[in-house]
Amino acid sequence: MSDSLYQEIILDHYKNPKGRGLREPFGGEAHHVNPTCGDEITIRVALDGEKITDVSYDGQGCSISQASASVLHELLTGSTVDDAFATERVFTELMQGRGQVEPDEDVLGDGIAFAGVAKYPARVKCALLSWMAFKDATARALAGAGPIEEETR
Amino acid sequence: MSAPHSPLDVDRVRKDFPILERRLAGDHPLVYLDSANTSQKPTAVLDTLAEHYTRHNANVARAVHQLGEESTAAFEGARDKLAALIKAPSRDEVIFTKNASEALNLVAHTLASGLADDPRYRLGPGDEIVVTEMEHHSNIVPWQLAAKRTGAAFRWFGLTDDGRLDLSTIGELINERTKIVSLVHQSNSLGTVNDVATVVARAREVGALVLLDGSQSVPHQPIDVTALGVDLLAFTGHKMVGPTGIGVLWGRREVLDALPPFLGGGEMIETVAMTGSTFAPIPHKFEAGTPPIAQAIGLGAAVDYLTGIGLDRVHAHEQALTAYTLEKLNAVDGVRIIGPNSTESRGGTVSFVLDGVHPHDVGQLLDERGVAVRVGHHCARPVCVRYGIPATTRASFYLYTTFDEIDALADGLHQVKRFFG
Repeated sequence: MSDSLYQEIILDHYKNPKGRGLREPFGGEAHHVNPTCGDEITIRVALDGEKITDVSYDGQGCSISQASASVLHELLTGSTVDDAFATERVFTELMQGRGQVEPDEDVLGDGIAFAGVAKYPARVKCALLSWMAFKDATARALAGAGPIEEETR
Repeated sequence: MSAPHSPLDVDRVRKDFPILERRLAGDHPLVYLDSANTSQKPTAVLDTLAEHYTRHNANVARAVHQLGEESTAAFEGARDKLAALIKAPSRDEVIFTKNASEALNLVAHTLASGLADDPRYRLGPGDEIVVTEMEHHSNIVPWQLAAKRTGAAFRWFGLTDDGRLDLSTIGELINERTKIVSLVHQSNSLGTVNDVATVVARAREVGALVLLDGSQSVPHQPIDVTALGVDLLAFTGHKMVGPTGIGVLWGRREVLDALPPFLGGGEMIETVAMTGSTFAPIPHKFEAGTPPIAQAIGLGAAVDYLTGIGLDRVHAHEQALTAYTLEKLNAVDGVRIIGPNSTESRGGTVSFVLDGVHPHDVGQLLDERGVAVRVGHHCARPVCVRYGIPATTRASFYLYTTFDEIDALADGLHQVKRFFG
């Protein structure tokens, strides 16, 4: 049942989420809601220069939205902002590809398990919720870091 | 447990609804448990729509030719059928709208417009609007907007833990400042059927208007507007085996006469001059522009269909289904019913949560077995907030729903539990 949508990897991340819970310190935070279903996610991003030292999160929602946040944490923690945004673009492309985009495991890791979700238009937003929040939180972290960098220069 | 007796020959009813024969992906038969969202349509309604466009299509009320007369007669005939359905004292009190939302907005907007001659029909600072926490968004947002426009206060009845209106504060909540009480007859998310008589009695004491949202009750039980004692009633066609795009606002003549026009345009006027206009009497005062003609005629056919079967029998069938459903769902470990857990004063709409599984996942997995339910907040988000849940899964029934379909729902829930276990 649900072979294409509910991959074992997704269920694993849902049942045993990686890095869940909001942590300090953080540079930027964003809270996103899917108004059609009420799924919610709060994401915090901690930066050290260009490096993402932590992505912490908390939320409630369906297995797709919550597993996606767990995968995001695993993929993006420790990478640079540029690499993280590049990964985000690839994931978004996969999700918006209506099932026609071949997922790249080297870039997306466990994120390839969401390829099947792209065939369910109503669920794409669930998978993208945490990624959109991540983009906002990172932008805020970068904006917050901006003036400090200028002072030190 | 064996299926209880129903007064309806459901097998025969189902033959009138061709869509119910569909098989979905994986060759599952369609189990349609989403009639509170929209109902399916019988052949009689579909044929009427086709017949109108094929043989009688013309605009109404303005053509002198034969087709125009046929179209007008069918359109106005539908108004007669609707009036008879709800036992309206006069056919002129039946206003065709786009849907129930538009009917509710019509009342909120005209009261807020300040254009009524009689101050009882003008909202302003110091006035109060009362709704309930179990309203559909369409009976919340128009009143919030009206309150914002006019400075009137927006107030509401809370809910008890078992999914009913908390009427303990009714004496204070409905008071001399209350201009209108707008409440739902049957909740679209909880299934609760409200104690309209108590609310009407208190509103009468203070001279407040009562608007009833009958979107979920008119399709499912006999309605008598005079017996209900309300001033206005809004409902929609597509939930009562009729087409989309057509709704109804009924109002007592005195009230509709006192309210100013809503939308301006053709048909709603008496005479138009560049220096000012006068307006047509009801119902046309509130029907600007070319109305949804085919949809109204289709709704008339839906009324014929439902009254032919008998709404008392439809209601009895749904009561039996609801009792069976509550028994079945209460037997599933981890299911919590959101709303009254008995058939007393409740209709055939059952919301629930399943421990540890988000409603979206429940709905998706049921869909893969051909079982169509609705998941989410059902456009009544305050209900979910009240009960501390993000969303529910909702199964809702109609005259074509079978006991086997309830079994399919319960079996599906066991599968969902195994999958996420």
